[in-house]
Amino acid sequence: MTPTWAQLGYLVAAICFVLALKGLSSPRTARTGNLIGAAGAALAVVVVLAADRPRNLLAILGAIVLGSVLAVPVARRVQMTAMPQLVAVFNGVGGGAAALVALLELAETSGAGGWLELLAVAFSVLVGAVSFSGSLLTFAKLQELMTTRPVLFAGGPYVFGGALLVAAALAVGVVLDGGLWLGVVLAVVGLVVGLLLVLPVGGADVPVVISLLNAFTGLTVAAGGYVLGNSLLLVAGTLVGASGTLLTRMMATAMGRSVQNILFGAFRTPAGAVAATAGEARPVRSAGADDVAILLGYARKVVIVPGYGLAVAQAQHTIHELADVLEQRGVDVSYAIHPVAGRMPGHMNVLLAEADVPYEQLKEMDSANPELRTADVALVVGANDVVNPAARTSPGSPIYGMPILDVDSAQAVVFLKRSMRPGFAGIDNELLHDPKTTLLFGDAKDSLTKLVASLKA
Amino acid sequence: MRPVGEGVALLTVFVLAVFVGFEVVSKVSSTLHTPLMSGANAIHGIILVGAILVAGNAESTLTLVVALVAVVLATANLVGGFVVTDRMLHMFRGRGRGPGGGGR
Repeated sequence: MTPTWAQLGYLVAAICFVLALKGLSSPRTARTGNLIGAAGAALAVVVVLAADRPRNLLAILGAIVLGSVLAVPVARRVQMTAMPQLVAVFNGVGGGAAALVALLELAETSGAGGWLELLAVAFSVLVGAVSFSGSLLTFAKLQELMTTRPVLFAGGPYVFGGALLVAAALAVGVVLDGGLWLGVVLAVVGLVVGLLLVLPVGGADVPVVISLLNAFTGLTVAAGGYVLGNSLLLVAGTLVGASGTLLTRMMATAMGRSVQNILFGAFRTPAGAVAATAGEARPVRSAGADDVAILLGYARKVVIVPGYGLAVAQAQHTIHELADVLEQRGVDVSYAIHPVAGRMPGHMNVLLAEADVPYEQLKEMDSANPELRTADVALVVGANDVVNPAARTSPGSPIYGMPILDVDSAQAVVFLKRSMRPGFAGIDNELLHDPKTTLLFGDAKDSLTKLVASLKA
Repeated sequence: MRPVGEGVALLTVFVLAVFVGFEVVSKVSSTLHTPLMSGANAIHGIILVGAILVAGNAESTLTLVVALVAVVLATANLVGGFVVTDRMLHMFRGRGRGPGGGGR
């Protein structure tokens, strides 16, 4: 039985977690919030070690040290562009740990618990395994260890549905039978379900999936708390599960998509994809770096729209250099940041902050669109869907209704693009064929370096 | 098997925590979506407490080994999660955002 003082300690830790999430919701208090969360976690670990007096204390401490030694250097040194996949890995191992804890509890009690507890065990094992394999697959996608395009195969939806049915049947089996082996099989099926869930999701949507899996892990931990009768795990896991679900929906809304569409959209061929291939043959105006440099150098006001391509090419420092060169020539430079620019919502702010771009130059949607109306040049670096006027003008388009940056209201538009390939939504961008648009093909970082060089010349 | 009353008490805690979870993040700006997700990610690493509990009560060597693996994984989630969130938020600091924000 957990002593009263330990339960009070858990209560304090739970309060810390609520305050941490609250703090993280506002820029001014975010850092303090995170520290409060860490303090709560540290308190909880001390409390469990002191109250439970585990028999294998040394081995446990050794494992804690090992886990810290593995995680802290990576967390401290990781490139900010690679941060989303690191979060995915941390989420995955957390889900894996929760699944293992539930399996072990199943082994210890060997089915002696009530059906509600066994249901919680089954949930924890299944969803923890889904979160583990799904998160590791998102890591592979973001790290570009595999293709970032949706992976589809014939009968994919049926295989996925079948795997879900098998998992549900096994979960019922665990509840009725309470045997360990059924639990182990359930975990294996869960791993397969996790892979099938993430495979059809495209690279640009992966962040939303990470957020969803994050919420899954939270619920897994909550179920683990129910199994172990530990109120702290229950509260902390539920907090993350609930806030993570809401956050996932907010992220999807910011991209003008629904969560269902992100997860299962690739199963259906979007009607717009046909139009995109038909559009490839139409003329566009492309130019060399020198021409674009002249256009930028003689502008009064340039608004930079950084996107996914900039994050992939890790060009955040180069774009800052370009902005500096332009400012020395007396050009008014600002950045228009779409809420989902980069690899995750808010990621672009982190990247540009890392490159020491002054905060005042970053304009969010509401203030960026009036700026664009008075701009001479809108410089779009590796973004496509977030500036596609189809979101405003063509009700049939898959992205119709998504809030976009109105780069078409600038005097001239320059796109730095790798190819004519459409953005993730798979639809053609009319703006690319507009007479006032100029394209500069190539890797974002290379193109920006060339622009800086010719502006300095 | 635990008494029914205790199960219901835990269920009550669960339902209330759902509402708190929704409430605390309902007004977050999109700029902070990523750090918030990362911070929430760190918080569920608290499964470490559960992993310590099962490791402490492990009867056989096999269960102990599996439990220790869970401890390692949970620690990586918990500690790594808070460290990477702090680094992310560090980027937002010292940017002249209001008084006292600059100077570094």
